[in-house]
Amino acid sequence: MLTALLIMAAIALVLGAALGFASIRFKVVGDPLVEKIDAILPQTQCGQCGYPGCKPYAQAIANGEADINQCPPGGEEGIRKLADLLGREFKPLSEEFGVEKPKAVARIDEQTCIGCTLCIQACPVDAIVGAAKQMHTVVEPLCTGCELCVAPCPVDCITMEPVAETVETWKWKYPVIEIRKRA
Amino acid sequence: MTKRLHRFKGGVDLDYHKAESAGVPIRSAPLPPRLIVPLRQNARSVAHGIVTAGEHVLKGQRIGEAEGVLGTAVHAPTSGTVIEVTEHPMAHPSGLDTHCVVIEPDGDERWVALEPLDHRSIDRQSALNRLREAGVVGLGGAAFPSHVKLGSGTGVDTVVINGAECEPWITCDDRLMRERADQILAGAAILSDLIGAKRVLVGIEDNKPEAIAAMRAAAAAQAAPIEIVAIPTVYPAGGEKQLIRVLTGIEIPHGRLGTDFGVQCFNVGTAAAVHRAFALGEPLVSRIVTLAGNVERPGNYEVLIGTPVASLLELAEPRADTDRYILGGPMMGFALPDLSVPVIKGTNCVLSASPTLFPRSKPPLPCIRCGECARACPAELQPFELYWFAHSRNFGKAQEYHLFDCIECGCCSYVCPSHIPLVDYYRYAKSEIWARERETRAADGARERFEFRNFRQEREKAEKAAKLAAKAAETKAKLAQTETAPAPAPTEAAPQSEDDAKRALIAAALERAKQQKAAAKPKNTEDLSAATLAEIAEIEARRKALGLSEGDAGDVRPALPTLPGPTTAATPPAPPGGDPEPLAREDRP
Repeated sequence: MLTALLIMAAIALVLGAALGFASIRFKVVGDPLVEKIDAILPQTQCGQCGYPGCKPYAQAIANGEADINQCPPGGEEGIRKLADLLGREFKPLSEEFGVEKPKAVARIDEQTCIGCTLCIQACPVDAIVGAAKQMHTVVEPLCTGCELCVAPCPVDCITMEPVAETVETWKWKYPVIEIRKRA
Repeated sequence: MTKRLHRFKGGVDLDYHKAESAGVPIRSAPLPPRLIVPLRQNARSVAHGIVTAGEHVLKGQRIGEAEGVLGTAVHAPTSGTVIEVTEHPMAHPSGLDTHCVVIEPDGDERWVALEPLDHRSIDRQSALNRLREAGVVGLGGAAFPSHVKLGSGTGVDTVVINGAECEPWITCDDRLMRERADQILAGAAILSDLIGAKRVLVGIEDNKPEAIAAMRAAAAAQAAPIEIVAIPTVYPAGGEKQLIRVLTGIEIPHGRLGTDFGVQCFNVGTAAAVHRAFALGEPLVSRIVTLAGNVERPGNYEVLIGTPVASLLELAEPRADTDRYILGGPMMGFALPDLSVPVIKGTNCVLSASPTLFPRSKPPLPCIRCGECARACPAELQPFELYWFAHSRNFGKAQEYHLFDCIECGCCSYVCPSHIPLVDYYRYAKSEIWARERETRAADGARERFEFRNFRQEREKAEKAAKLAAKAAETKAKLAQTETAPAPAPTEAAPQSEDDAKRALIAAALERAKQQKAAAKPKNTEDLSAATLAEIAEIEARRKALGLSEGDAGDVRPALPTLPGPTTAATPPAPPGGDPEPLAREDRP
């Protein structure tokens, strides 16, 4: 009886020590789920989801505070990917947060710009260059189309221009089969 | 001379239709009224335009500077006047616009001063620069810059010259080999020298006996070790990996290039262009284009780059039932969205298609998993698997099945008994994957910049706080110097000194304000009339009488309380001259 107890106690001690060691040795720094969610999000940093940027939204999804259908730039495809990752049911984009739009970039009307730097401060990805009382301009390849610069402009000189297709970005279309109409 | 040839897997046997256009010698296409020269010659790079409207240019004059690693220069194909630099549709399946220089020929065909150059007299890098400046790109169709393909000049021992021309209907390389074999071989020798190769193999399909004979005759006259090899006619023997396999037996695996195995491949037209760039100093301003299909007068023409396809077609006289035009061959080409597009360096054939000659594909039926496509695939892929993945937009899986090894030769679509347009699905999947990669790169960049911006804002905040703290500390130190601060008691040092410092700051500020007040003279007391001065004097006298005058009431300070003696051993005595108030209060028991 005593031997049995001792053996069980010894096993418990050894296993406990092993588990304790493993929890320190293989400790996961940070939440990998947040990183995975963040990788799916489009990094527009527009804040339409109600969080100040994609990473905070990813954190909120991981914490169960936010739903997966709050990202208009990510669109339906983004929601599908999030649903796949998190093992949840797909749900359409919540209209409360906005609608899916074709990708656009901001353009500053340089004739009207007064050089107030408000848009520079609003841009979450540093895609606007300029200095106080100097003309500002948008670095198009860096613009994510978040529209955060549009509202602060006191002279309304920023417009969102849809991105035109070029030979480099053109895509082959999904094959559509023409079915001839029968008389 | 018997050479053991190898065989690539798959491929199909086609009806080649070479005889229609191969019989007639190459003719020069007449000058069109307008030449539209795109500054973009392929999907990867655009030359930087250096001419403006109204400028007169000579034939071979540079009109676009090479930009970037994959850039090559663009030249005026003839002498004339630049009408405009504008957006014009390009010979691309999208039919999208690109920057073009529109030139109105003056009909003189006057060349710029040409400088022939021996590639052996200059170092390798200058020779490659020459090719870049001469705008030499692969003329087989992809228009990849030749100087990039020549690479580092080490590790390649075999140059393969591709004269297979396996696509049906196209005969431009055939005619070139028959008529300009010496140019091709001279160019091949230059390429071989520049890449440091020991041997040159020219692969020609055996359905072109005249070309083989002409090339053999020319090779016999040359000292360079050039071997002309007749290869069996199987589509697509002209694919780079397939031709290398046939000639050398080297099987290039997934994700590797011919150069990894010491083989590099060039088209016969490219070799001829390289020869002209050196021996004649001519930049690449024209190429041979086959006009064939449903036309009255098929043949090959030497066409200036920038010639609109519509004016080219007039030469071949398309028949009335032509319903569309295909750029490239029937297997890999694409239907032209617009006939105003110009010929570019990669254009090898304009094919007129009619419903009888090229019947529209029948409506596709479901895949029956017969495996015919896998048997025909020369890249040894499993096309039916790729089809399912592309069809269901499962791009990750398609990449796992090596979608990007597909050369889009069209064999699978050709043999498919269900008439499924397989290649269309692969092209769709490839461009979707590329678009996603672009998006991912953009998103990664945006994330990085967003995080850096947050970091910068935090840093700026911290720096501002640090600056304020430093300034406060500086003021404190200054005060400590000017007013000999009381030596704080060891036990109550911290709170005492903090209180002291605050008090000292307040006292200093008061002192400053007082000094300012004293220094400031009221300005309304100058140039006053005698009456006013008398009035002031009267008021002052009254004030004095009441004891309110400055210097009397203001400066009177209450007498300092006398400090009691040290009550405890821990309390130090008050230093002389210091502000005694806090000490006095704290020392009171």
